[in-house]
Amino acid sequence: MSTRIAWRFAKRELRGGLHGFRIFLACLALGVAAIAAVGTVRAAIEAGLAREGAALLGGDAEMRFTFRFANEDERDWMRDNALKVSEIIDFRSMAMVDHDGTPEHGLTQIKAVDASYPLIGTPLLDPDMPLPKALAGENNLPGAVMERVLVDRLGLQIGDTFRLGTQDFTLMAVLIKEPDNAAGGFSFGPRTIVRTEDLSESGLLTSGTMFSSKYRLDLPPDTDLPKLAETAREKFEKSGLRWTDARNGAPGVARFVDRLGAFLVLVGLSGLAVGGVGVSAAVRAYLAEKTSVIATLRTLGADRSTIFQTYFIQIGILSIVGITIGLILGGVAPLLLAPLIEANLPIPAAFTIYPEPLAEAAIYGLLTALIFTLWPLARTEDVRAATLFRDALSSARIIPPMRYLLVIGLGLATLIGLASWFSGSPRLTLWTTGGLAGALVLLSIAAFLIQALAKRGAPLSRGRPALRWALAAISGPREGATSVVLSLGLGLSVLAAVGQIDGNLRQAISGNLPDIAPSYFFVDIQKDQMDGFTERLINDPAVSKVESAPMLRGVITLINGQNAIDVVGEHWVVRGDRGITYARDLAENTHLTAGEWWAPDYTGPPLISFAAEEAEEMGLSLGDVLTINILGRDITATIASFREVDFSTAGIGFVLTLNPAAVAGAPHSFISTVYAEEEAEAAILRDLATAYPNITAIRVRDAIERVSDILASLAAATSYGAGATLLTGFLVLIGAAAAGETARTYEAAVLKILGASRRRILYSFALRAALLGAAAGSVALLGGIIGGWAVSTFVLETTYSVIWPSALGIVGGGVLATLLAGLMFAWRPLAARPASVLRARE
Amino acid sequence: MTDPILSLKDASLSLNGNAGRVDILKDITLNVTKGETLGLIGPSGSGKSSLLMLMGGLEQATSGIITALGHNLTAMDEDALARFRRDHMGVVFQSFHLIPTMTALENVATPLELAGAPDAFERALAELETVGLGHRAGHYPAQLSGGEQQRVALARASAPRPDILLADEPTGNLDEANGVVIMDLLFDLRDRNGVTLVLVTHATELATRCDRIVRLRDGRIDVDSVRKAAE
Repeated sequence: MSTRIAWRFAKRELRGGLHGFRIFLACLALGVAAIAAVGTVRAAIEAGLAREGAALLGGDAEMRFTFRFANEDERDWMRDNALKVSEIIDFRSMAMVDHDGTPEHGLTQIKAVDASYPLIGTPLLDPDMPLPKALAGENNLPGAVMERVLVDRLGLQIGDTFRLGTQDFTLMAVLIKEPDNAAGGFSFGPRTIVRTEDLSESGLLTSGTMFSSKYRLDLPPDTDLPKLAETAREKFEKSGLRWTDARNGAPGVARFVDRLGAFLVLVGLSGLAVGGVGVSAAVRAYLAEKTSVIATLRTLGADRSTIFQTYFIQIGILSIVGITIGLILGGVAPLLLAPLIEANLPIPAAFTIYPEPLAEAAIYGLLTALIFTLWPLARTEDVRAATLFRDALSSARIIPPMRYLLVIGLGLATLIGLASWFSGSPRLTLWTTGGLAGALVLLSIAAFLIQALAKRGAPLSRGRPALRWALAAISGPREGATSVVLSLGLGLSVLAAVGQIDGNLRQAISGNLPDIAPSYFFVDIQKDQMDGFTERLINDPAVSKVESAPMLRGVITLINGQNAIDVVGEHWVVRGDRGITYARDLAENTHLTAGEWWAPDYTGPPLISFAAEEAEEMGLSLGDVLTINILGRDITATIASFREVDFSTAGIGFVLTLNPAAVAGAPHSFISTVYAEEEAEAAILRDLATAYPNITAIRVRDAIERVSDILASLAAATSYGAGATLLTGFLVLIGAAAAGETARTYEAAVLKILGASRRRILYSFALRAALLGAAAGSVALLGGIIGGWAVSTFVLETTYSVIWPSALGIVGGGVLATLLAGLMFAWRPLAARPASVLRARE
Repeated sequence: MTDPILSLKDASLSLNGNAGRVDILKDITLNVTKGETLGLIGPSGSGKSSLLMLMGGLEQATSGIITALGHNLTAMDEDALARFRRDHMGVVFQSFHLIPTMTALENVATPLELAGAPDAFERALAELETVGLGHRAGHYPAQLSGGEQQRVALARASAPRPDILLADEPTGNLDEANGVVIMDLLFDLRDRNGVTLVLVTHATELATRCDRIVRLRDGRIDVDSVRKAAE
């Protein structure tokens, strides 16, 4: 019965229009739109990856091996199952060009292909020509195509000659688009494509060269992919096979997009939380306006439940309107921007309306609306009929009754639970929501303190009327100081934290590392080249240190006889192949944390020394037996010790070290790190690359730049998310300023009657806005620093130092934003004639 | 002797304000019999409106007992008091307190709807016609003059046929002509429905039409004079 009446009352109230709810709707719509848009883009990319899985992969399926070609057994199986097979060899090397006797070297990622490449898609070349024609070459030299960045770096023109190893090639065209690029993952060097057979005389691809072979399969249309994948894995996984198929053609990209999307949704949730503050303030202001209506209804006999339901239904309907606007914006904006987004994405995307991300955004919106509106809605219970005679605000309790707190708590738990589930990362979700909750608590305390300080400070400001009015307004119950501090503070805290994390990451990578990191990594050094290689370096006074180690690559397939992935899950150590070394003695600055190192002349069953931190993460113990597939051969070894390995110095660090007798017979090369003065780097590269054309040099500074570039894009994406949060915060500010306009108009009218000039009144308004902005900014500074420190220390595990320019810029921005919002709504109070204001009030 | 329809025994009201505790009503003992018209008069701040609020259960007494129709109002919670008012009381305010988002008809129908009356709107329209506003049923409060708003408020208070009608300076916000109209309507309603009427007023003419006048001073009953015995 009461619900029916409440519904009728709510409908009548809503006929009054959306007056006072514009900010409410904008806050909710913006938060939901941001989450819906991120989710839609993520779904579009995932759908694009799924739709074009085969094209991205370059075939219906791919079988990949590390450091070896497929053996006859494997080739027979491919021929039996596929209509067509294409073999691709992928490895790093140095491209060299001779400019009138001066050699120029550039790191490149070589793709050596056969005549069947590509099974799907066509490479785009400039000048436009078919790939077979380009690779056929001219002037008795084989042909090659190369990405423009490397062509420019080496100063090449089409038709010029360059060298890979000891083989010359003619550059036939610039590689504009490689059809199967997305599946390749991260690489340090730009791409060069050549024919595999043309490398036979190059001296590259010798025993021990680090390369991977990929076999792309064109399968009959009726192939049962899951079944075929299972058969292939059962048959060949133990010998190092990595299987990928068109169902997920670019697993690395898919995983990256999924994680980034999840992270951005969490940033979007921060925006929704800021919007929640605005929603809460709007509901509070609306209910304050409705106090006399509620009291009248109480007088007429309406019970608390009817009144609560009346306003709950209204706010519910408005929330649904706000969420719907958000869903339309968030769903449609990516469609409108699709051409722009697609042009900037290296991977395909299929833009359409996806119900799943919209549903996710809608659920977040509904729960946020419930959590943030229930608190003020609960205050309707406190409106008694006597309120018609006395001020309602002073008698209302601050904390709502327990049943409302329970529902709010339940809503919050559901929101966190769902966010954890949707994001797939409960840890990150808990960090985010914990951070938000912490910031909200801190900001609430700050708002309370600011009001208390303003109250205490008001008598001290006698003789300075503008300041006294400002302090009185801040400490008063109607100024909305709490919502300004909460919304602006939360928005700025998120932005400050992102700034701190980003700055510290950049500093960790580009600032600190080069001081301790080597200049070059040299890989693919053959055993017989080691002496000459070392000699060139140790005699160079600019070289401070050279570290070398044998390098093999292998896949941990079994742990104590069980599938490694089943035992430790998707830990990075068992995902794909890892570098493995062997050593007679324990390295100087390495120490064992458990177990014992083998004797120098040990020749018994294979033993392993495992990196301690990774072993702990994987739950390994001394005596555990690992099966490692190296070049198709299984080696079963027992963990004899754990070692401390510091990967952060960019020096040589291996997770797995074996005793020499276990693997020394296997074909392998050496890896070397060279620490040299920057000025000497070019000469070292020139001498070594000329003397040993097969070795590959990776300049650490270039590698760091590549990583920095990727981080910069990530930081940019995060900043957009944080920007949406701040925009919501600014909307809430505008809402608070607009809500206070009537009160300020009256106040200005009275002050004018008492003789205050407009300039003085404006100064007072500006002062109160600046004081609130500075307070919110200061708390945001603290919140951002704490957040940045927590994420840097516990999640990214980097050192932390405060990035002051970013931090102070954000506080300054906070003051400016509040000033702007305050002054935007100062015009009408200042312009209104006192008589008309007072008459209207009577 | 007739049982009182409204009874206050040693009723006091104190409120805590910023300036400290204020004793608004002190040990008020008063009985109102069924059908009686009681006028509450006194200077500003003497506690007239507060006494009316106590009688209507709109304000909780700090001490003492208040009964209406044999029910102890001081022992009821807010919801029980709201239900009691819905079933037995009507209240008219100086500043009307119409719900701005509802039409005149909807305002009048509200207490009937709350009481679950199936013919709420028919009865509301009949009541509006009684106060001469049948033709303005679809108008919103903002579209009505002050006098018209108070007539709607009167119709709203009387529509559920309450046993007790409480009126707080019903003519205080109106000009003289409108004040007379409202006064006539108020007493007409009393006569027609046999309702017990308690009204707070400053208007001498209104007070003289009451059966009994209670004058308050500083929160206490100063004079309680019966002008005419209630039958």
